Amino acid sequence: MNKSLLASAVLAAFLAACSSTAVKDKPAAPVEDSSKSAATSSAADGASTAAASQDSVGVNPLKDPNNILSKRSIYFDFDKDEVKAEYRPLVDAHAKYLQANPNAKVMIQGNADSRGSREYNLALGQRRSVAVKKAMNVVGAQDKQIETVSYGEEKATQTCKDDGCWSKDRRADIVYEGE
Amino acid sequence: MIKTLMFKRLIFVLFLSFLPLMAKAELTVEIVGGAAQQIPIAIVPFSTPPALASQDNVATVVGADLQRSGLFRVLETRGVASQPHALAEVKYADWSAIQAQALTIGSVEPLPGNRLKVSFRLLDVLKQNQLLAMEFNIASSQQRTTAHKIADLIYEKLTGEKGVFATRITYVNKLNGRYALQVADADGFNPQTVVSSKEPIISPSWSPDGSKLAYVSFEKKKPIIFVQSLLSGQRTVLANFKGNNSAPAWSPDGTKLAIVLTYSANSQIYVINADGTGLQQVSFSSGIDTEPEWTPDGSAIYFTSNRGGGPQIYRMPATGGEAKRITFEGSYNVSPHVSPDGKLLTYVKQDAKGFRIAVQDLATGQVQTLSETTQDESPSFAPNGRMILYATSIGGKGSLAAVSVDGRVKQRLTDNGGDVREPSWGFAIN
Repeated sequence: MNKSLLASAVLAAFLAACSSTAVKDKPAAPVEDSSKSAATSSAADGASTAAASQDSVGVNPLKDPNNILSKRSIYFDFDKDEVKAEYRPLVDAHAKYLQANPNAKVMIQGNADSRGSREYNLALGQRRSVAVKKAMNVVGAQDKQIETVSYGEEKATQTCKDDGCWSKDRRADIVYEGE
Repeated sequence: MIKTLMFKRLIFVLFLSFLPLMAKAELTVEIVGGAAQQIPIAIVPFSTPPALASQDNVATVVGADLQRSGLFRVLETRGVASQPHALAEVKYADWSAIQAQALTIGSVEPLPGNRLKVSFRLLDVLKQNQLLAMEFNIASSQQRTTAHKIADLIYEKLTGEKGVFATRITYVNKLNGRYALQVADADGFNPQTVVSSKEPIISPSWSPDGSKLAYVSFEKKKPIIFVQSLLSGQRTVLANFKGNNSAPAWSPDGTKLAIVLTYSANSQIYVINADGTGLQQVSFSSGIDTEPEWTPDGSAIYFTSNRGGGPQIYRMPATGGEAKRITFEGSYNVSPHVSPDGKLLTYVKQDAKGFRIAVQDLATGQVQTLSETTQDESPSFAPNGRMILYATSIGGKGSLAAVSVDGRVKQRLTDNGGDVREPSWGFAIN
């Protein structure tokens, strides 16, 4: 019951994010320009070409800087765990890769910036990692392929003074097994 | 508000830690501010056997304690003609001449079997009478602890409140890339490493008898709760369930702990017996529920939840049930800790300036912000409820600070090497 509630909350958050709020809270730095353009231009077919290219060319799509699959970080607003619309292509690409490679596994590591309480941030990092996992589930990645963990604020930069710095720590990282 | 630096002290490592890597932790305590009315007290250096000359004189330790409380002004005694150690040697006129209201004298004498007799008297200079007189027969290693107990007695006699000088604090010290859970005297002396790890340690919680700590360690690459005896050093896993295991808080009777698990994907509060049996979920929400804190009578639990949007503090029966919201000012209030009398709640409150320590009167709902720094965390009450110990950040480095519940007395405890965080004020030293 709790689970389905959460799932629908995450879905609702998605829909909300997709409809309007993508631009509003533009983070100062977290995503490099290249990833953004890659995300917007090749999101639709990025995953399938990625899956194919692994066999034919021998270039690991997960490491190919020109492939969206090399982008691994999803950034969040302060005290929020909604996956924003601008990260949907990235999340979808990884979900499709997992679907195409049933033996592949990922760990999604949730993080928070250094402000506020360590315990609350641990819980928030967990929600962020779970939000990314649910988003991947929707696209077809299986539960058994995805583990979630939270580091809370323990990996955060301690010397931040502004949101340009803090925003980089509010993220979930996708790490493939064996990396 | 920041007054002149009145007191500064370097601390020596007296104990060799069993983990020698982490032994070099030295806390420095500064007083930044004090009460409006301070009691002027003179403390004559205690007569001491030559064998103890290398240790701090009892009078030095007592004076530092009283000064640090912000409620006393410790007067210079050098240059005063008489330096009494016994009652018959006291010339009150010498002490009224330097405006002392109270005078402490005493002596340390060797006893057979590596023991000491420590005697002290507290005298009222104006009325010229004795307020306290006591003798301690102690092991010679206990001189410093005895000095803290004497400071507690003087503090209680002159202020009417229990002292907290003979207590201990715990905190996490990050030094050279390692995290050490440490326990030290309330003045920062005798830091001892309980456990150290290259992965983070957070959320230490004292058992009510002060003999054990529960804490969260990431040493297995995910948060797991351990309980460790301070006497034997023996440690056991309290909770290692699927997902995160965190935020341990002992029940006042020491039989149970409230903990937080993400067993069901979302952080929720559970109660578990101190031996790791009898796990029971007590909070049920679709949001984050974390940072449980028992009321002193054990009947209820304060906790942080974002069930209403942003994080706020709620209270529910310890067995679970309907939660009542406690904080209403601002959009981010976390880390509740309740005073020993159950009347005040301290927590971290985000306002326009940043994250600061607030105290709320639970009867009236009135909130006062106590700290002036902007990245403050982890407040906990001293055992007498008068001071709040918390973590702050200076130049990107963690340090500890304490503030009186009325906001007037402020202390800063900085480590000269490490990055100190996650403090919790514990209990009296036996």
